[in-house]
Amino acid sequence: MSVQTTDPTPVPVPPPSVVVVTAQASLFRRWLHSPSAVAGAVVVGVVVAAAVVSLFWTPYPPLAVHPSDALRGASAAHLLGTDQYGRDVLSRVMSGARISLYAGVVSVLVAAVVGVPAGLVAAQRGGVAQQAVLRLADILYGFPALLAAITLSAALGASTTTAMLAIGIAYIPVFTRVTRSNALVVLGSEYVLAARSYGRRPFAILRRHVLPNIAPTIVIQMTLLFSLAILAEAGLGYLGLGTPPPAASWGNMLQEAQNYLGQDPVLSIWPGAAIFLTVLGFSLLGEGLNDMLDPRVRR
Amino acid sequence: MARFLTVRIGLLLVSLVGASLLVFTVLAVLPGSPAQVILGTQATPASVRQLTIQLGLDKPLWQQYLQWVGGLASARLGSSYISHQPIGAQLVQALQVTGPLVLLSLVVGVVVAVPAGMVGALRHGRLAGTVIGVLSQIGVAIPTFVGGIVLIILVAVKAHLLPSGGFPGWAEPGQSLRSLVLPAITLGLVEGAILTRYIRTAVMEVLASDYLRTARAKGLSLGKAMRRHGLRNVLPPIVTVLGLEFAGLIIGAIVVENVFTLPGIGTLLLSAVQNRDLIVVEDIVMLVSGVVMLVNLLVDLSYRFLDPRMVRRT
Repeated sequence: MSVQTTDPTPVPVPPPSVVVVTAQASLFRRWLHSPSAVAGAVVVGVVVAAAVVSLFWTPYPPLAVHPSDALRGASAAHLLGTDQYGRDVLSRVMSGARISLYAGVVSVLVAAVVGVPAGLVAAQRGGVAQQAVLRLADILYGFPALLAAITLSAALGASTTTAMLAIGIAYIPVFTRVTRSNALVVLGSEYVLAARSYGRRPFAILRRHVLPNIAPTIVIQMTLLFSLAILAEAGLGYLGLGTPPPAASWGNMLQEAQNYLGQDPVLSIWPGAAIFLTVLGFSLLGEGLNDMLDPRVRR
Repeated sequence: MARFLTVRIGLLLVSLVGASLLVFTVLAVLPGSPAQVILGTQATPASVRQLTIQLGLDKPLWQQYLQWVGGLASARLGSSYISHQPIGAQLVQALQVTGPLVLLSLVVGVVVAVPAGMVGALRHGRLAGTVIGVLSQIGVAIPTFVGGIVLIILVAVKAHLLPSGGFPGWAEPGQSLRSLVLPAITLGLVEGAILTRYIRTAVMEVLASDYLRTARAKGLSLGKAMRRHGLRNVLPPIVTVLGLEFAGLIIGAIVVENVFTLPGIGTLLLSAVQNRDLIVVEDIVMLVSGVVMLVNLLVDLSYRFLDPRMVRRT
């Protein structure tokens, strides 16, 4: 693990910057040599591009209804065909990408913003605080995420926000555990001892030494959880517990398309494929990053 | 061991109480009174008031909580706010669908994953190993509801081999089993993909171990070495994952029942959510999470049973 410290005080300063640059160059080369990581990055790139483009352009307005054009297959005018209300499927898949990514980002952030500080506090303070945090995390971890989401939407009504909140809360314990165990390693190191010996306060040690060192691990965890969050959001949408129609989310598109399996089976394929490829893309990217940055996996 | 058991069972109870408090609180702070929701917007304030008292919703929250938990603990689940049917009877009905579905899926998952994981490890780096690696990676990324719909298109809509959904009840077991085949394959394959990856890793670790090399060096065939020395070491991680998979299957069944319109626990739960039949939601959520937590405890216990090193360590 490379140590990043911007401390002006005479702490044992780790590898000079030249080494770090070559290390990064070899990281990039290693990334290029991992076909799955490259494939993941390409898929993620396409999905992000579709979502960004949909902000200001889609072939048709995703909500525009044309009953006379309902359930038309693929054509030059509608590349992926139209749905039961004659809405353009490509436009809806693009705007669905936006909702998926948005939900993924927000729920992972919710989980990290609560989970990481909780893990830091547990590691720093130890004792009763640590026990309390860990037991709470255990309880939350044992409680199935889907049930949490169902309970929340029974209470608050189905919406994108409810779904994101439920998914975010369910992933808090993952961040707490990862943060705590990694922070404990850093806190046991000699440079933290040095920092403590010249009187740095616990909070400053967490901010200047612990956080920068565990950041890569947390980022990898975020990528991995991001794919799970997108999967969960689509699942909730499919069950009618996420983004409500007429707004297009991949989950609710799939739910609606299932009613027309007899007439137009391909209609279900598009949102299904979008969910599958995005989840696959992010998990490949996350695993690739993990292999790249985790010294134990290096061969 | 006794100390470990006490701690773990205590933790399970604390978790259950924690979960029940969470579920109760979330649903208790809900805006609008359940009585109003049940009676609709046309109801007079007097009738809403009367129903509120009848349901016991005018009592302090802690009393409502204790009444609910007491009911759960003594298996008196109460009746639905909406249909007035006893929840216990509805659950028994639904379990006759969900139970067989989960078991069948578990069978499918294990039957696929154990050989696939073994071959994936033994043929690592060769064609068969790579194919299994790629397929399992893909399987992990397929959500059950997408896989289920693809299966419906291929098997039910195009080929007319099996029903696309619905459940005829157990009057004719042949028909009932037929309607569980596609859901069980959907759930089993997706969970099996995850299981495959774990088994592959576990077997690869054993294959790379010193003790297996020693066993081979003293002349045992690979099969014999695996049986004598390997299996015991492969088992603990696999049992853990199986337990987690079982929990995953119970949760997955909620989704898959919805895909195939099977009248199981999941369908019951989701229709209760849509009708805001809160007492049914509360009961089912607690029941399912209780089962999941119990399974996790059993997995922990079996792990110590299968791997004596765990006992010595603590």
